[in-house]
Amino acid sequence: MLEIKNLHATVGDKEILKGINLSIKAGEIHAIMGPNGAGKSTLSYVLAGRDGYEVTSGEVLYKGEDLLALSPDERASKGIFLAFQYPVEIPGVASATFLKTAYNAQRKYRGEPEVDAMEFLKLIREKTKELDIKDDMLKRAVNVGFSGGEKKRNEVLQMALLEPDLMLLDETDSGLDIDALKIAADGVNRLRSPERAGLIITHYQRLLDYIVPDFVHVLADGKIVKSGDKSLALELEEKGYAALSAA
Amino acid sequence: MAIRQETVEQVASVSDKYKYGFISDIEADTAPIGLSEDIVRFISAKKEEPEWLLEWRLKAYRHWLTMEEPEWANVHYPKIDFQDIYYYSAPKQKEKLKSLDEVDPELLEVYKKLGIPLKEQEVLAGVEGAHNVAVDAVFDSVSVATTFRERLEKEGVIFCPISEAVRDHPELVQKYIGSVVPYTDNYYATLNSAVFTDGSFCYIPKGVRCPMELSTYFRINAAQTGQFERTLIIAEEGSYVSYLEGCTAPMRDENQLHAAVVELIIMKDAEIKYSTVQNWYPGDENGVGGIYNFVTKRAACRGENAKVSWTQVETGSAITWKYPSCILQGDNSVGEFYSIAIANNMQQADTGTKMIHLGKNTSSTIISKGISAGKAQNTYRGLVRMGRKAENARNHTVCDSLLIGDKCGAHTVPYIENQSRTATVEHEATTSKVSEEQLFYCQQRGLSEEESMALIVNGFCKEVLQKLPMEFAVEAQKLVGISLEGSVG
Repeated sequence: MLEIKNLHATVGDKEILKGINLSIKAGEIHAIMGPNGAGKSTLSYVLAGRDGYEVTSGEVLYKGEDLLALSPDERASKGIFLAFQYPVEIPGVASATFLKTAYNAQRKYRGEPEVDAMEFLKLIREKTKELDIKDDMLKRAVNVGFSGGEKKRNEVLQMALLEPDLMLLDETDSGLDIDALKIAADGVNRLRSPERAGLIITHYQRLLDYIVPDFVHVLADGKIVKSGDKSLALELEEKGYAALSAA
Repeated sequence: MAIRQETVEQVASVSDKYKYGFISDIEADTAPIGLSEDIVRFISAKKEEPEWLLEWRLKAYRHWLTMEEPEWANVHYPKIDFQDIYYYSAPKQKEKLKSLDEVDPELLEVYKKLGIPLKEQEVLAGVEGAHNVAVDAVFDSVSVATTFRERLEKEGVIFCPISEAVRDHPELVQKYIGSVVPYTDNYYATLNSAVFTDGSFCYIPKGVRCPMELSTYFRINAAQTGQFERTLIIAEEGSYVSYLEGCTAPMRDENQLHAAVVELIIMKDAEIKYSTVQNWYPGDENGVGGIYNFVTKRAACRGENAKVSWTQVETGSAITWKYPSCILQGDNSVGEFYSIAIANNMQQADTGTKMIHLGKNTSSTIISKGISAGKAQNTYRGLVRMGRKAENARNHTVCDSLLIGDKCGAHTVPYIENQSRTATVEHEATTSKVSEEQLFYCQQRGLSEEESMALIVNGFCKEVLQKLPMEFAVEAQKLVGISLEGSVG
């Protein structure tokens, strides 16, 4: 589904990604771990197409297509979803409006009919119920005055609604208490299927207790320095990143 | 110099011609270019006006000659040559169109983008037999379509072109015209008093709640024709009316002057809700073309508990100079001003309000949302004056500015004059930018860059958009998006 080949990227003048190679097949969940500043968030932004994150060499194929040639909204409509580490506030825009606009924009892009307000309400109520999110959140402006936990739940709700093919989770666990963490993990696990894939970026092992990855990679100084299965995460938890980087 | 001389000569020759018989020229569809006493007489004669109105126009014209063009607003433009404008042009007697298929596709595109209902498009475009909302459509200075009159008449509501009101209800017009905006008021209002050609008149009798929203659509379409509309609305004791005014204009190359006057009179326990959506041609991205909009809008709350609310969405015009105001004379009267002003590319907007508190316990609310993009300059200018007798009067002002890009400007100029010991005046102001982070967040959810911008800006304006009547709210939201096209990327 996703094929990253020798990816180099800069932010400003600084090279952050220094040759990433990674292959993710449909049905797989990969975790990327690594110390602060290793380039984890940069990788997720490059994949989502954020301005200012410039690819200097290498290529990324998504479902066989050149991902880097697509605009951020095209990538989203083609099924890439990024759950933000720091979800952004949009004052005055009700979450329900935001979700409906996004949902319909993606449908429109794919040539599917847009849904009306009533249909949408029914759909979103199903999702909030599944995820145990209060409907009250839908009336509030996007992320404005949300607690850290509420913001992350809102990300999971958006993901549940948009049903992406490739889930990118950028430190979704940071700032979450254990209950919220379970809800977030539950959201991902519900979507897990042989057709979908996920890339989970995390600093700590604990999220991986709830979303069990098929592969774990260690990112340090802009490169993947080690790959393995779930046990690698546990090993890291025990020994720390320093031991690995030195190795 | 040469051009000016030429103009002077032309004017002289025109005046000459008139000396010998402008009456025979009354059949002409367009008055000769330029302004003079004869032109004022020509307009008045064209409209078959009574003597008192001609006299009033002439007083205004003579006063105007003594006035100086105001320069205090934060707008810059080449000096207007008032002798290079046609002050009267009747509508071309176009054949009635059979269907929308015969309408200029460019115009239809604008309607479509705005989501104007088909039926209404037909009325706007002048399709035969199209009647829906009470639209008093003003095309080229003269109303060519007035609908739903009968239903309104049943309630005793008078809603008609002002020229008809002059003919059919002269006592009302004479009593109220110029009573809120006197002919000496300001340069443009005085000019308007001398040469106004049309506009709407509305009278709501005592205790009547107007059964429908009243709309007026303006469209300017003859090159070089300045529009001088005059609107007069009177709400008698205990009555209510909601008035919608919306404008679309096709592309133009010439600068077009527009100097309208709107007067509202609100008696005891009455209420007028006046909503405007204005999207006149703002000029291209270099500021070429575009309309100069110098408007005087003022409401007088004459009785106790009278209420007026101005809601405006200003997105068009090259230059906007507009301060819908409230004179709160009656005790407990209420004035509200909700405004969205969007300036993109080279647009300049200097807009705000005046709240003049005279009566006891009067209260006013100002919510102003200014959005600047491109190289535009957007100024909020507001006056809150608490008179000596305005005991316990209250004002609350919120003035928010949003910047898109780094080449535009937002300015806030509040004036507060308080002569009352017991009055309360509050002013809040914020300035913010649309962040790259917000845009990226929306785009990552599937919205295009422009859709993202429209969504964010609509969120910023939400408090004001909510004040618009339902009929206008959807159109206004789309307009916000359209106005900012090209402001990103």
